[in-house]
Amino acid sequence: MSDIILETRGLTKHYGGVHALENANFTLNKGEHVAIMGDNGAGKSTFVRQITGVEQRTRGTVMFDGQEVHFAGPLDAREAGIETVFQTLALADDLNVPDNLFLGREKTKLNFLGPFRLLDYKGMREETLAGLDKTGVKIPNIKNTIAHMSGGQRQCVAIARTATFASKLTIMDEPTAALGVQETAQVENIIRTLKDQGEPLILVSHNMRQVFDLVDRIVVFRRGRICANLRKEDTDGQDVVAYITGAKTQEGYEDAA
Amino acid sequence: MSDTSHGTGGLMFDKSKRQWPNELNVLAALILIILIFEALGAYFMGQSLLFDTRDRFDSIFNEARLRIIIIQVAIVGIIALGVTQVIITAGIDLSSGSVLGATAMICMSFAQVGEVNGSPNPKAIFGPAFLDLPVIVPLLVGLGCGIAAGIVNGIFVAFFRIPPFIATLGMMLFARGVAQWWSSGNPVSFPTEAYAVIGQGMNPVIIFLGLAVLFHLIMNYTIYGKHTYAIGSNEAAARMSGINVPRHLVLVYAIAGMLAGLSAVILTSKNLTAQSGMGLSYELDAIAMAVIGGVSLFGGRGSIIGTVIGALIIGVITSGFTFLRLGAFYQEMVLGCIIVGAVALDQWQQKRAAARA
Repeated sequence: MSDIILETRGLTKHYGGVHALENANFTLNKGEHVAIMGDNGAGKSTFVRQITGVEQRTRGTVMFDGQEVHFAGPLDAREAGIETVFQTLALADDLNVPDNLFLGREKTKLNFLGPFRLLDYKGMREETLAGLDKTGVKIPNIKNTIAHMSGGQRQCVAIARTATFASKLTIMDEPTAALGVQETAQVENIIRTLKDQGEPLILVSHNMRQVFDLVDRIVVFRRGRICANLRKEDTDGQDVVAYITGAKTQEGYEDAA
Repeated sequence: MSDTSHGTGGLMFDKSKRQWPNELNVLAALILIILIFEALGAYFMGQSLLFDTRDRFDSIFNEARLRIIIIQVAIVGIIALGVTQVIITAGIDLSSGSVLGATAMICMSFAQVGEVNGSPNPKAIFGPAFLDLPVIVPLLVGLGCGIAAGIVNGIFVAFFRIPPFIATLGMMLFARGVAQWWSSGNPVSFPTEAYAVIGQGMNPVIIFLGLAVLFHLIMNYTIYGKHTYAIGSNEAAARMSGINVPRHLVLVYAIAGMLAGLSAVILTSKNLTAQSGMGLSYELDAIAMAVIGGVSLFGGRGSIIGTVIGALIIGVITSGFTFLRLGAFYQEMVLGCIIVGAVALDQWQQKRAAARA
């Protein structure tokens, strides 16, 4: 068993004539937290969508957990162990916290009743509290519906959902883009908790401070190509900005210029 | 954006933001409407709507009127239980009244007696082999017709992605056509005695309330109910979470159809005849009950309890207008205003809640 959890080779996505993603070679080791940075339209979200099966790639291979995978949809990816927090939160506004955490994988009793099998509210409530505890999320009243929560609380619920279920890889697409300072701090705490638990993470972010605070490695995208792969210790903010804007290109990635 | 000036990141639990169960608002509306009728009754008629004011009797309530109020809403109420579930998925079912009509004609044809007053049944649809059947046959035929119509609705909505309004509008016209075609517009009459028992006396009310309790439990304590709310709340999220949304929608529409079919059995049993015009505009009454009861047409919110109270509100208004000896047209004008008012109030409350959150 190798240490690599995710590897893409020559991953390419064309939308008609638009080359949104070109020949992306990317590896992620077990327990590693990697940030994906880049300007708007650089291909960050496109890259994430190919891995999570939201879209089908034009070319290239994706290896996950030692096997080549072809996810027909996000559900396949989730079943394989990739949990994603999307930019648009996939939460049901009229349901409460445990309901959302367990949406689509509810704990049930009397399973012979088929679609009318009973919900195990107590079990879900206990696991929800345990899950929130594990991720350090504090939500005062988990029986409140999502519609009555602040943006930060919603984001925390969405992230807690990915963290509650033992996943092999967590992907977050700009999890703090719309959050206030304290809410951002809470989300960052969850990410640190995941790091301590050795769960690998891909973080798409524009926030330089956040990236340098949280991750081990930074991969920069520019115009649909990877243009740099930097260990955090070897770089700084100015350096990364130079790569993002195209002032610099790392050795070995010259074709991205 | 939220107010983060208190607590950590807006995470304080503010008691004023706690949700007030919507059913209590609907119940308050019911009580208010009763009080208005009591006041009008005392002023104009010198009588009470619900309480017994006659000297000869010593009961508290006017039981005859209470019974009428609930009997007249029971059959539409059964339809409304199914429509409530459909609306919670952010759908709509316009077909239930016509499905009732078609089902009434078909199931009654299997419930006919062989002989009426010593001579062969003049209204018999089928030959002698289909007369004097045990009561279970027309009952199953009735439920089956309803389920079939519901499944067709569900398949068009879930798999062909036809808007529920259009899919069920088509079924509404189709089923009404079937009802008229079945016996070329002639009524189907003379059911067996066993069949006639189903709709007798308070039986429709008992069935209505029994089903209301059953579906209240199903909507709140089973995976079916949870997924119904989830789909209505955010269909994309439900799909992403692994819920088989199309299959679930077919099930919801099938249950709504089954309840329309059951209403057909009860109504024909009560009236001892089936006519092709039966159930005309029942679908709108059922939707009105759900909407007055706080079921959101945008999906995700509402409850069976709310719909039952909504049904009672309609029953009280109908009886109240009769009691005040006002024409049915006033009643419809007021009902129209109440429906729009209920939705407007709900919208306003949602907006206020969103502004505070």
